[in-house]
Amino acid sequence: MTQTATRTPILAATGLVKTFGHVEALRGADFELFPGEVLAVIGDNGAGKSTLIQCLSGAIAPDEGHIFFDGVEVRFKDPLQARHAGIETLYQSLAVSPALDIASNIYLGRELRRRDVVGRVFRMLDIRTMRRLAEQYVRNLGIETLQDITQRVEVLSGGQRQAVAIARAAAFGSKVIILDEPTAALGVREASHVEDLIRTLRDRGLAVVLISHNMPSVFRLADRIHIQRLGRRIAVVTPQSHSMSEVVAIMTGAAAA
Amino acid sequence: MAERSTVTAPERTTPVGRRRSASAREMLRAHPTLGPLVVLVVSVVVFGLINTRFFSPANLSIMLQEVAVIGLLALGQTIIILTAGIDLSVGAAMILAQMVMAGTEVNSGVPAGLALIIGMLVALLTGLANGFLVTRLHVPPFIATLGTLGVFTAAGLKYANGQTVNPPQSSVLLWSGKLLGTGTFRITTGVLTMLAFYLVFAYVLGRTAWGRHVYAVGDDIEAARLSGIHSARVLLSVYVIAGLIYGVAGWVQIGRVSSASTNISPTLNLDSITAVVIGGVSLFGGRGAVLGTLLGALIVQVFQNGLALAGVQELYQQLAEGLLVIAAVSVDRWIRRETRQ
Repeated sequence: MTQTATRTPILAATGLVKTFGHVEALRGADFELFPGEVLAVIGDNGAGKSTLIQCLSGAIAPDEGHIFFDGVEVRFKDPLQARHAGIETLYQSLAVSPALDIASNIYLGRELRRRDVVGRVFRMLDIRTMRRLAEQYVRNLGIETLQDITQRVEVLSGGQRQAVAIARAAAFGSKVIILDEPTAALGVREASHVEDLIRTLRDRGLAVVLISHNMPSVFRLADRIHIQRLGRRIAVVTPQSHSMSEVVAIMTGAAAA
Repeated sequence: MAERSTVTAPERTTPVGRRRSASAREMLRAHPTLGPLVVLVVSVVVFGLINTRFFSPANLSIMLQEVAVIGLLALGQTIIILTAGIDLSVGAAMILAQMVMAGTEVNSGVPAGLALIIGMLVALLTGLANGFLVTRLHVPPFIATLGTLGVFTAAGLKYANGQTVNPPQSSVLLWSGKLLGTGTFRITTGVLTMLAFYLVFAYVLGRTAWGRHVYAVGDDIEAARLSGIHSARVLLSVYVIAGLIYGVAGWVQIGRVSSASTNISPTLNLDSITAVVIGGVSLFGGRGAVLGTLLGALIVQVFQNGLALAGVQELYQQLAEGLLVIAAVSVDRWIRRETRQ
């Protein structure tokens, strides 16, 4: 995907600084993410990747710097605010409840109540509608490994659980999805299913941030690669402009950006 | 993983196929109350065959009346255990609440209705105390409620001052002891109250968002938090509601024996946990149903009553109860063992 300078980034940050005691995790980091792209964020351990992502997803507040969502400056107090704005973060530890079924997991924390008196007075859930819509979300994303929306998540494989988490993230009109090492725990085949799913999200116009250590996966998926080093963004490259070894060299400081 | 070549036709008229594994474990995992149901039916049949008096209306009535109080305590315990917690202060909270109810009416001359409300408020406060310790001070539920067990017991003893309080016959506090029924089959309004509470909580846990959140918090509290559930708020509400249920249990207890005394069964705490565990509710949280607990409470009652009618010494009744608990927890562990496909 070609990016043009005139487009507004859906999510951007300038000059982020965050210190933990004596450790400077971010020292003026910039960030830009456009709609309809997969942006990989890579960096060595201690480069400030996860701090950057935590700032963007509202998990922590930066000491200095500005964050813009859809062109407007924002200050998220907690991840829920970011989520309400449309930024979904999928953590490595998947936020799924094993004993609940797929549909319940997709709607966990935003259950639908029946609209009639029973729903208003007795707060009865509209389980049928939730199942129907959850099934639609799953189908629309072309997830074929989830056969039965009433299956409990604990009987699913790692890749299927990942698919549930992604379907949930995509289901609620979010604009940005942040994925933290989505394929790290998966086998080759399952990883490729998840990669297909990430492409589907992008093709639907969502902006995807992919944090990954897996270079081949990054090169297969990313439109642009944000390279983080020593608390700053030192380069943004594309899989076309740089080779894998060049990217690794920049990331580790062996080559200049 | 369940790899399947799916039909690529854009419209499928049938709902996605439901995979039904035939394995017993999968069956029990999906229907945690199935085990206790089978145990109850079998034990009722066996005890009925051993002694025909078991099925007499009078005996069935007694069993139901006996189960009303422990059934309510076990209901509150269930909600807490569903969140992967435990409450060791149930019995003490109930005794404190009933002493306050009866004491404020008889000794302080407060109208019975108001005395009932004050007692319920005390019950609510016991739940609030437990919930505060667990959610704000992050004390593990086992320790928090072990501590409040001592506190509530002492408070109950202090308030009662060794007295047994007898509310007057007309008092609303004795309402739950009222007998209903025909012939020799008689249940109390307390039994109906207990059953009504089970119905309400079966609905609330299964059909409302709050119920889902209780299960989710017990299942994986971190996952629940990341899903946007206010875990601490859910936990606090669970302890408060459980406290209120213990208050109702205290009310039913007064009606059953027509008096309030601190000198009642010291095993109430453990009995409530026994009923929950035998009922297939997992001690590790997130799994089980209140219907199971009701079955569990009935199973304990049926064993006690049936073994007594069969002329078995009391020590064997305790043995049977102990073995049931061990069997139930072992089955639960077996069910929960991760299956990797």
